[in-house]
Amino acid sequence: MNKKQKKMLIRILLAAFLMIVIHFIPVKGLIRFALYLIPYLIIGYDILLKAGKGIKNHQVFDESFLMAVATIGAMALAVYKDGDYTEAIAVMLFYQIGEWFQSYAVGKSRRNISELMDIRPDYANVEQNGTLMQVDPDEVEIGAVIVVQPGEKIPIDGVVLEGSSSLNTSALTGESVPCNTKAGEEVISGCINLTGVLKIRTTKEFGESTVSKILDLVENASSRKSKSEDFISKFARIYTPLVCYSALALAFLPPPVRMGILGLPADFGDWIYRALTFLVISCPCALVVSIPLSFFAGIGGAGNAGVLIKGSNYLETMSQTRTVVFDKTGTLTQGIFEVNAVHHNKMEQSKLLEYAALAESASSHPISKSLQKAYGKPVDRTRVTEIQEISGNGVMARVDGHMVAAGNARLMKHLQVEYRDCYHAGTIVHMVIDGVYAGHIVISDRIKPNAKEAMLALRSAGVRKIVMLTGDSKAVAGQVAAELGIDEVYSELLPEGKVQKVEELLEKMNGKEKLAFVGDGINDAPVLSRADIGVAMGAMGSDAAIEAADVVLMDDDPLKIAKAIRISRKCLRIVHQNIWFAIGIKAACLLLGALGIANMWLAVFADVGVMILAVLNAVRALFVKKL
Amino acid sequence: MKKTYKIEVDCANCANKMEDAARKTAGVKSATVNFMTLKMNVEFEDGQDPKAVMQAVRANCKKVEDDCEVFI
Repeated sequence: MNKKQKKMLIRILLAAFLMIVIHFIPVKGLIRFALYLIPYLIIGYDILLKAGKGIKNHQVFDESFLMAVATIGAMALAVYKDGDYTEAIAVMLFYQIGEWFQSYAVGKSRRNISELMDIRPDYANVEQNGTLMQVDPDEVEIGAVIVVQPGEKIPIDGVVLEGSSSLNTSALTGESVPCNTKAGEEVISGCINLTGVLKIRTTKEFGESTVSKILDLVENASSRKSKSEDFISKFARIYTPLVCYSALALAFLPPPVRMGILGLPADFGDWIYRALTFLVISCPCALVVSIPLSFFAGIGGAGNAGVLIKGSNYLETMSQTRTVVFDKTGTLTQGIFEVNAVHHNKMEQSKLLEYAALAESASSHPISKSLQKAYGKPVDRTRVTEIQEISGNGVMARVDGHMVAAGNARLMKHLQVEYRDCYHAGTIVHMVIDGVYAGHIVISDRIKPNAKEAMLALRSAGVRKIVMLTGDSKAVAGQVAAELGIDEVYSELLPEGKVQKVEELLEKMNGKEKLAFVGDGINDAPVLSRADIGVAMGAMGSDAAIEAADVVLMDDDPLKIAKAIRISRKCLRIVHQNIWFAIGIKAACLLLGALGIANMWLAVFADVGVMILAVLNAVRALFVKKL
Repeated sequence: MKKTYKIEVDCANCANKMEDAARKTAGVKSATVNFMTLKMNVEFEDGQDPKAVMQAVRANCKKVEDDCEVFI
């Protein structure tokens, strides 16, 4: 509780206590009024002041104004009839209790959520003259050496120089199994060092480190507002004035009608009372606070599970996802390629691999990395000249004076060389040396262990269609798709082709259904931004993926996509519950109030009670562990 | 130019009103108020002095919601 909340609590208790005491003092008339005025002013003075300031600033229709008018009206009626003052005070009291509760609950969940995402390192240890100094991570320069003790967070991204340890990445990925690291490996900030002392040479500034990027993303997430939130702010803008004018009409239209036309007594008191109940019910608080709170809690809970969502709008779109399009490599498969076989070669296997590795030496594609791995020796780049990369098809280069072309079947057709197809499923690199076909190398990739389970989980989360896009050959694509039970496969696509396919799929979507594209963030930025929702996975340390995607999975487990969808569904379900519940109760109470059935007490429930329930419901969005 | 400011406000509806007020201030291109993180993101029009504009934003916010603060 902060100072403001404490002060408010004291005011609430004091006013309630006085109200009970005065109830037992046997006085009548104006003295009674004067006595009741004391708790009324204790609990409501700030509301009255605010209402006055609101009128001065031409902001008439706010909550304070409504509460002031309603309670002053109720007080006036009580004086007129020498009746019940407690009603007016109770209305003010409950309103303040509601406000107090709201500020307490919001403050509490704000803290909870920031604790969930508590990955911000407070300091970095720098060695100076043999002693460790704690410095602000912002002041550490690139290339400086920092020391991380067991139990501390790694403050800045870097490379391990000395020591080995296991790291807890759960704050980043939600994964509870620690991962091991040793000298020479890259580590990212935000992990907790568990066992050994690590000396790390930083490779980034603090501001550019993973941890800062993630915090930045999470903190700005709810600035991108969802349609539900926009709807609520628009609704509130129309709703409050509408209710105020209705209240005015309710107070002053029926009495003359009754007198003039029906010949009944005017009953001004009764109708004014009804109008006042109207005003008490009218406050849109429950809606206005619970909807953003639900989204905030949903985003916080998702973050804790290793799913970073960049905005409430994406959370909303995510929940409507019915089609999921996967990139194959690195997403459904591990993206770790291995050379499995060499066929139809006329020269020695190792010689062919050497040519392939050299020709592909300039490329960072996983295929070329696997070729270099199979070659096994350091690549001497001076032996390679005239490198020419043919996007999506392969490379051509001059190696030791021989013209080498390495690539897929399209490249072979382009070069008009006769080639031999392979019956193995895998990526086939055909080799042409000095214009003569020299055999092919089979490279294959492994399907991720969780991929099949992930497809089932997606379907049970309500996804109707799963599509796979790949640049790979039809054989490989077909094999992977059959094993995983994927509905549609499009193979041998160039990067532009993937965008085109996604556009075609988007055109086929009907109504509110949305399409999500899942990729590993490498080479698929255009597709990520073209889809309704772009999901990048395995983003630990990859800035490009974090930039391009709308939803970022911190590790590369495809099961997390189903989880992300379920989290978004739950959050949106809560949002809708709150919208319907709050609007429904209010509408019902307004109707009852207009008919004269509802009294002030019911009105206070419609206002404060609904808000408290809606806030409690909203906080549920935070719990996503069991989804 | 975009800048982020810390704010202090008690209710979500008031935060919405502050957002509205900030958007209507001269020199502000766009503004969003995040009630949950208590932050205001303001994008300024070209050639505007953020400090001067923010004074106006603060005054306008105070007008719609007396009980708020923008930390400039």
